[in-house]
Amino acid sequence: MLGHLAAQRLREIRQAFRQIPQASRSFSTALNYHLDSPDNIVDLPWEFTDANKEKVKEIISHYPSNYKQSAVIPLLDLAQQQHGGWLPVSAMNAVAKIIEVAPIRVYEVATFYSMFNRTKVGQYHLLVCGTTPCMIRGSREIEDALLGHLGVKRNEVTKDGLFSVGEMECMGSCVNAPMITVADYSNGSEGYTYNYYEDVTPKRVVEIVEALRRGEKPLRGTQNPKRINSGPEGGNTTLLSEPKAPPCRDLDAC
Amino acid sequence: MGLGQLASRALLRSSRLTTATRTSHFLRTIVSTPELHNSEAAAAQSQPEPDLPKRNPVGGARIHFPNPDDAIEVFVDGYPVKIPKGMTVLQACEIAGVDIPRFCYHSRLSIAGNCRMCLVEVEKSPKPVASCAMPALPGMKIKTDTPIAKKAREGVMEFLLMNHPLDCPICDQGGECDLQDQSMAFGSDRGRFTEMKRSVVDKNLGPLVKTVMTRCIQCTRCVRFATEVAGVQDLGMLGRGSGEEIGTYVERVMESELSGNVIDICPVGALTSKPFAFKARNWELKGTESIDVTDAVGSNIRIDSRGPEVMRVLPRLNEDINEEWISDKTRFFYDGLKRQRLNDPMIRGADGRFKTVSWRDALAVVAEVMHQAKPEEIVGVAGKLSDAESMMALKDFLNKMGGLENADVFLLVGTQPRVEAAMVNARIRKTVRATKATVGYIGPAADFNYDHQHLGTGPQTLIELAEGRHPFWSALSNAKNPVIIVGAGIFERKDKDAIFSTVEAIAKNANAVRPDWNGLNVLLLNAAQTAALDLGLVPESDGSIESAKFLYLMGADDVNVEKVPDDAFVVYQAVPTVGDARDDWKIIRALSEVAGAQLPYDTLSAIRSRIRTVAPNLLHTDEREPAAFSTSSLRPEIKEKMDMAPFETAVKNFYMTDSVTRASKIMAQCSALLLKK
Ligand code: SF4
Ligand code: FES
Ligand code: FES
Repeated sequence: MLGHLAAQRLREIRQAFRQIPQASRSFSTALNYHLDSPDNIVDLPWEFTDANKEKVKEIISHYPSNYKQSAVIPLLDLAQQQHGGWLPVSAMNAVAKIIEVAPIRVYEVATFYSMFNRTKVGQYHLLVCGTTPCMIRGSREIEDALLGHLGVKRNEVTKDGLFSVGEMECMGSCVNAPMITVADYSNGSEGYTYNYYEDVTPKRVVEIVEALRRGEKPLRGTQNPKRINSGPEGGNTTLLSEPKAPPCRDLDAC
Repeated sequence: MGLGQLASRALLRSSRLTTATRTSHFLRTIVSTPELHNSEAAAAQSQPEPDLPKRNPVGGARIHFPNPDDAIEVFVDGYPVKIPKGMTVLQACEIAGVDIPRFCYHSRLSIAGNCRMCLVEVEKSPKPVASCAMPALPGMKIKTDTPIAKKAREGVMEFLLMNHPLDCPICDQGGECDLQDQSMAFGSDRGRFTEMKRSVVDKNLGPLVKTVMTRCIQCTRCVRFATEVAGVQDLGMLGRGSGEEIGTYVERVMESELSGNVIDICPVGALTSKPFAFKARNWELKGTESIDVTDAVGSNIRIDSRGPEVMRVLPRLNEDINEEWISDKTRFFYDGLKRQRLNDPMIRGADGRFKTVSWRDALAVVAEVMHQAKPEEIVGVAGKLSDAESMMALKDFLNKMGGLENADVFLLVGTQPRVEAAMVNARIRKTVRATKATVGYIGPAADFNYDHQHLGTGPQTLIELAEGRHPFWSALSNAKNPVIIVGAGIFERKDKDAIFSTVEAIAKNANAVRPDWNGLNVLLLNAAQTAALDLGLVPESDGSIESAKFLYLMGADDVNVEKVPDDAFVVYQAVPTVGDARDDWKIIRALSEVAGAQLPYDTLSAIRSRIRTVAPNLLHTDEREPAAFSTSSLRPEIKEKMDMAPFETAVKNFYMTDSVTRASKIMAQCSALLLKK
């Protein structure tokens, strides 16, 4: 009995070693510490624009005055929009000053959420969904097409500063998988948009990129002409008749 | 009820049978006790037995009932305990004498509840609960030794070890590591995790704390310590999930005079002592309980030594003085003990060079010169670190340091506790944080790590306060328990008496000195100064030196040598450690014999009994005494006029305040790195 157990265990261990060990684990989040670069230094001055200062006031007014720190996420978001899609340390410090907390408390939040970019991104930041439904429907090819077309690596910005490609987890449009999101920082926080392009193909994403480069705004939503929003391709195939009303109790009967 | 129980027993027995047969086909490698899969069976097995033997609270845990009506009763492993309302399950277990394994919980920090090691079973709760974060409720039935609790902890341990490197042979924490200890109880000899372990960049936290961040188990104790006790919000938890790491985000060292304590609170070897790194294993060290002499707080410490060499200094718990923290100076000055030491007696010959001589010759020379000098020409100067016996006095100096926590208004006169006595500062900070006490400060601009009002820089403000003209006066006079702390710098001033009498007037007006509350404290710079005050001596050094023919310096390194007359004979006696060095008192005793005026003691106990007659409180080493000096009766008529010059900073460099800390390389590094701004 004991020999049997030992043999089985040995087999298990061997099995475990036969698997190719993963070379590294990839995270969708970036580095958890700051590295100085010419455009990202602690002492660089950074301030909200006058228009945004009004917005800051408005955001802070949503929270009780003794819980100002609750405003950290909306303020970081605003700062990110103002700063072309990413947060330098000095912007985080400015937010910390406004909500009166130590800077590290803001860094903690900014590193937690992967939608806060702490390194430079392009004016159009393209986010490819990499979660299972999109992956099954070909998000890897989508990403390869984008990276190949733009000639960059993931999270790298093109030379003209227009585009960068990142990865995101499920953004809730699995029914139109695969999809990408385009965060448009080209017009500051006023013209900021965050649009979904769904049912994309490797060919279609390249077209979208080129349209953006020309300054056009391609129509958001599903890119499959045969679909309306998240409805099935070529029109409905089930539930064609008028939906039946819910069964009601006949009040007169009782 | 009885029937139901019987029925369920029968059911359980059969189910146990089935599980037993099932598990023979199904091999589990981690949990070797198949009964655990059936939690009900496991629970049923451990019925509380009656007549439990009395258990003692863990680590002398104390219960204090602020309000007797608030007592509730809970059952820990069937053993009833009475605890005050609001205690957590973990605390209740401690009082019942059950030690709960833990990583993130620390009694002096806020509760985080993120390591999950403290899981226990609570009756009627569907799953194990984290005892450190769960308040105990009346009648709760807590079970700490059931198979469910054990299995839960084993699971947590497996997760913790998943990313933890197998570093123990090269880890400085080895032997005193919580993770190591607890994995002996709850760890498995193998894990099921076959991926790569994560890697984390090590952080630079300065010259004192070494980091090996792959060992971190994300308990956040260090973050909470830095925020709550040290008052420097530098450390944080960055990232999320398995990418989570402790760090400062931007490159910066921990600028705190208490940073060394993170070494103690880190349950694993992620934060260890840089100066002590790879120097010794903790089981080779011999601990000696002692009192710190580098400042006037008298923190309780343990000196770990290997042979004659001091390897490290650790804090010892003393609720009234340092709780369980010590300042960085206390912790790391020890390497100064080895450097620039006087190990053998030396005499300066006619050529101006020092020559090593034997003790016999040295004493004979000293005795001879001493006989030639007139008595009034003989001056003795005791240094900051001299006389180990009087150091012991230190614990008494601050009148109720724990009492600081009851204060509601602080007035700091010419003192910067952050550098003069870091532990006192930590207390004040704790009070300010907990009760929003107000702090007023008079003195040169200084660095505080809590909210304070800078009232002024010199005696002018004091006078205004004494006359009730200053805006801060209303806060002070309305305070229930005001505390006034006077800095040591004041005693260096010519007008010290005048200043002290003004302070006294303020104290009297504010009702700070009452039979039940002594709110007037003097914060001295070092242990000997405290002892000297207790003996009734006031340092009057410089003047008398000028007329000296025979100068006896006992560990006094701060004497202004230029003032010493050329024809004076100077005996310098240093703090002893290794080599042919002798204890201070033995040298003096031997000298007295050679000089023909033999002192009547030749053992340590004899000298202690002599001290007892002079200053009894110096020998009460184990309890803190209320400071003995009474302020009003000592005061003679005040003759000097008050000088309006602003107060000065008494301590310019926190890390270097006496001969030993100045000789310390670590302290030199600290002051070079941390004080440049
Ligand atoms: S470094 Fe140590 S104290 Fe800090 S979170 Fe990690 S394990 Fe805990
Ligand atoms: S998986 Fe891509 S949107 Fe949900
Ligand atoms: S000690 Fe309770 S969760 Fe860590």
